[in-house]
Amino acid sequence: MTILIAILAIVFIVLTFMVVSKTQSILKGLSKSEVEESEYLGAPDRYNSANGVGLFVFWLISIVGIVWSFIVYKKDFLPEASSIHGKETDYWFWVSMIVIMIGFFIVNTFLFLFSYLYRHNKNRKVTFYTHNNNLEIIWTTVPAIVMAGLVFTGLRVWTKITSEAPANAEQIDIMGKQFGWTVRYAGVDDNQFGKYNYKLMDDAGGNPMGVDFSDPNSFDDFANASEMHIPKGKPVLLKIRARDVLHSVFIPHMRVKMDAVPGMPTKFWFVADKSTADMRAELGKPEFNYEIACTEICGRSHFGMKLLLVVDEPADYEKWKKSQKPLLTENPDLLNKVPDNLKAKAQKYTSTEPVAAEATPEVVASSVLGNSSKVLK
Amino acid sequence: MSTVSQVEVHEHSEHAHEEHHELGFIRKYIFSEDHKVIAKQYLISGIVWAVLGALMSVVFRLQLGFPEMDMAWMKPFLGDWISLDNKGLGKLDPNFYLALVTMHGTIMVFFVLTAGLSGTFSNFLIPLQIGARDMASGFMNMLSYWIFFISSVVMFVSLFIKTGPAGGSWVIYPPLSALKEANPGSGDGMTLWLVSMALFIVSSLLGGINYVTTVINLRTKGMSMDKLPLTIWAFTFTAILGILSFPVLLSAALLLIFDRSFGTSFYLSDIYINGQALPNQGGSPILFQHLFWFLGHPEVYIVILPALGLTSEVIATNSRKPIFGYKAMIFSMAGIMFLAFIVWAHHMFVTGMNPFLGSVFMLLTLIIAVPSAVKGFNYITTLWKGNIIFTPAMLFAIGLVSFFISGGLTGIILGNSALDIQLHDTYFVVAHFHLVMGSAAIFGMLAGVYHWFPKMFGRMMNNSMGYIHFWITFIGVYLVFFPMHYIGIAGFPRRYYQWSGFETFNTYMDLNAFITIAAIITVFAQAVFIFNFVYSIFWGKKASANPWKSNTLEWTTPINPGHGNWPGEIPTVYRWPYDYSKPGAPDDFIPQNVPYSATPESNLPEENELIAAEKEINSIKYDTSLHD
Repeated sequence: MTILIAILAIVFIVLTFMVVSKTQSILKGLSKSEVEESEYLGAPDRYNSANGVGLFVFWLISIVGIVWSFIVYKKDFLPEASSIHGKETDYWFWVSMIVIMIGFFIVNTFLFLFSYLYRHNKNRKVTFYTHNNNLEIIWTTVPAIVMAGLVFTGLRVWTKITSEAPANAEQIDIMGKQFGWTVRYAGVDDNQFGKYNYKLMDDAGGNPMGVDFSDPNSFDDFANASEMHIPKGKPVLLKIRARDVLHSVFIPHMRVKMDAVPGMPTKFWFVADKSTADMRAELGKPEFNYEIACTEICGRSHFGMKLLLVVDEPADYEKWKKSQKPLLTENPDLLNKVPDNLKAKAQKYTSTEPVAAEATPEVVASSVLGNSSKVLK
Repeated sequence: MSTVSQVEVHEHSEHAHEEHHELGFIRKYIFSEDHKVIAKQYLISGIVWAVLGALMSVVFRLQLGFPEMDMAWMKPFLGDWISLDNKGLGKLDPNFYLALVTMHGTIMVFFVLTAGLSGTFSNFLIPLQIGARDMASGFMNMLSYWIFFISSVVMFVSLFIKTGPAGGSWVIYPPLSALKEANPGSGDGMTLWLVSMALFIVSSLLGGINYVTTVINLRTKGMSMDKLPLTIWAFTFTAILGILSFPVLLSAALLLIFDRSFGTSFYLSDIYINGQALPNQGGSPILFQHLFWFLGHPEVYIVILPALGLTSEVIATNSRKPIFGYKAMIFSMAGIMFLAFIVWAHHMFVTGMNPFLGSVFMLLTLIIAVPSAVKGFNYITTLWKGNIIFTPAMLFAIGLVSFFISGGLTGIILGNSALDIQLHDTYFVVAHFHLVMGSAAIFGMLAGVYHWFPKMFGRMMNNSMGYIHFWITFIGVYLVFFPMHYIGIAGFPRRYYQWSGFETFNTYMDLNAFITIAAIITVFAQAVFIFNFVYSIFWGKKASANPWKSNTLEWTTPINPGHGNWPGEIPTVYRWPYDYSKPGAPDDFIPQNVPYSATPESNLPEENELIAAEKEINSIKYDTSLHD
């Protein structure tokens, strides 16, 4: 509030100053004789040199500001990459950044330097110089060659990143919804996903992901709406979908981003090479956690669609998987959806001791939001 | 040229002139068919929208820079969009935040930088610079403005409905924009948005067809295409872009209207929302994105090309030097126009589109950087060994070149699909396009206003206020958008109401606050411009006919050109528009209507040969059997 008042005050001071100077100039203008009026109203005025010099000074100060701010803020640029392809894209990001920064400094320097050097001077002879085809050819080819280099490297990296996932990739079904993520794993017994169908989705009935329980592969599938675990050093294939509007899976540290589209499953595979524990040690932050965010506008709580990502050592990962309860165990009522001929097989998962109902996705989502507003204070 | 039809007979135009003197206030200033009046209507509408759009950005910047701020003081004009928590602290409603972002984008891109920029300067300058009495169809031109006006009214009304204006961001991706259940802004606000845009497209097409027709058919004697000022080339390319791409947006919008209201499934499939599975199947949200960006990408060139055209003229005039590489400029604009149609999917690298398509579009996108770079180099070489007069227009033109370079360069990173994975939909993108097309185009527009104000209103704008305006705005824009790149490189996603829920984005609060303060100062500095603009219309210094000693035809008209632009015959054109500081010439400019036979002292050898052709130009007879 105070800042706003201060800003308004500054604006009004400027306005007052202008009105005063304007009045003065009008008064001055009145005292001048009409004879001085010339047809050439656009002739350079007494501020002309100041403006020309000003542009160059602006640029010099800018260079200092750019370098200074870059050094100060660099520490949070591109949060430490934790995936193999991420290191490669980061490398090419900085290569491109250096190339464009060279262009940025050279071209802007010429622009502002010429503004300074060739500010109006009565005695200057302007060079009548209309075109130079050699120059045009040079400054068409040089950017073209640089672009070609960047395109070539970019294409190579892009093709690698978007290639088919290795056959041994750990598959995870991740679904975006307003406003949260749910992940599903294929289970430890068969390691096969059960089919899903959006028509089977039923929040009230405990089947938010629309898992088809007439498919026996689904019996050991388990899901989680608060965190996703992945193994370190092993390819992970995210099978991404959305059930209401567009979402986008964004894992900043993994350099992973892919839209979640209703009706069109998408995918992204990557290899995480630093576990959560590794990163905690490396950054010296014992609280550190990987996070998954949404980067496609999806409505009111778009900014709160958070899922924790835990990167485990492979052995811990397998252990974690074993400790997870299949959907059928979590919610024995789902047994009703299983066709009679498969009920015997399914019963294996419901006969274990009943467990406390897991937080429904809604609750998790709102607790995420609750957290964020708490952090806000 | 001889096939051109135009009312050119002296008596005839005099006659037409007489007729129009009887026009009443309404026909003269409101439902006017005069291109100059229509241009001013567009300009003033554009300025009003710009003020509104800029103020919206102040509100959401406050939210982003100072998320803990008590916003209760905005309750008197934002009403229920500010909710009071139990401690009495006012908080901006997250839905309204999205609506603000959406409306800011829509208003700035379409209403300010398309209608306000193209509408103003294409209308004003095309007839004046090619030497025509008016647009090919004055009536269509009037219709274009008034349909735009209705479209504006519809959009404005949508701000006041209970569920708020459209809130799915300016790209209105379905299913969010198609399902009322998904977002309050997807209800009536979205309906009004679509209606408004449909009208806007109609208006834009009527305008665009008129511009192209006028440039092709109504050029004055001797005004061959290679003598057109670069402004006209830019406006023509812009109009062609609009004519070919806006209909695609209309079709996208129509299909969305069908999906929203008539139960079709063009964009909808497999949706479960509000505890219900919808029956729609087989549609594709990606289809909408393709259709949208088929306009959406050319749209950014629709925004920037006219600004570049205006800048070419301003820079050449005020450097007192010919624009460097006139033909190269035309070819690079033509290249940009052509490529603009085939790069749209670079907005969609991570939408799940086939990665092979991603590769193709990445290649094409990086090619478009080449003609853009050529334009930048040509501007700078125009300054080289010139004699620069820093009028406010010139300062804004130089500012444009700087923004165009600085913002364009980051496009090289975003156009690279591998690097775009991390940066897509982060603040890096926001910073990039606000510099390269937002600020650059606004600077082009401001340069145009300062430069052509004397011809529009017969008075000069105040220079000192112009300098103050330029310096605050120029520095302010860089202070807003340069640090924004940093936030983007750190991964901050766009369209977030706040970031503090994420540990990863729980930094840079100081930078965000800094950007907000810089943005507020920049926005409020525009008051200087608005004051100068309004003040100068009524009380500015009286202009002369050619205050900048410029070559183009509009400066051969009287100080206040009347209906029909030239009181007598339209001047004949003999030379290109950039004969500034020609060696041997007594003055440092030679207007386009001065024949080579009159300037033997400064003619280049090949120009002396053209003297013989002047008789031919003079003897051109227009076919007046076709009435305009």
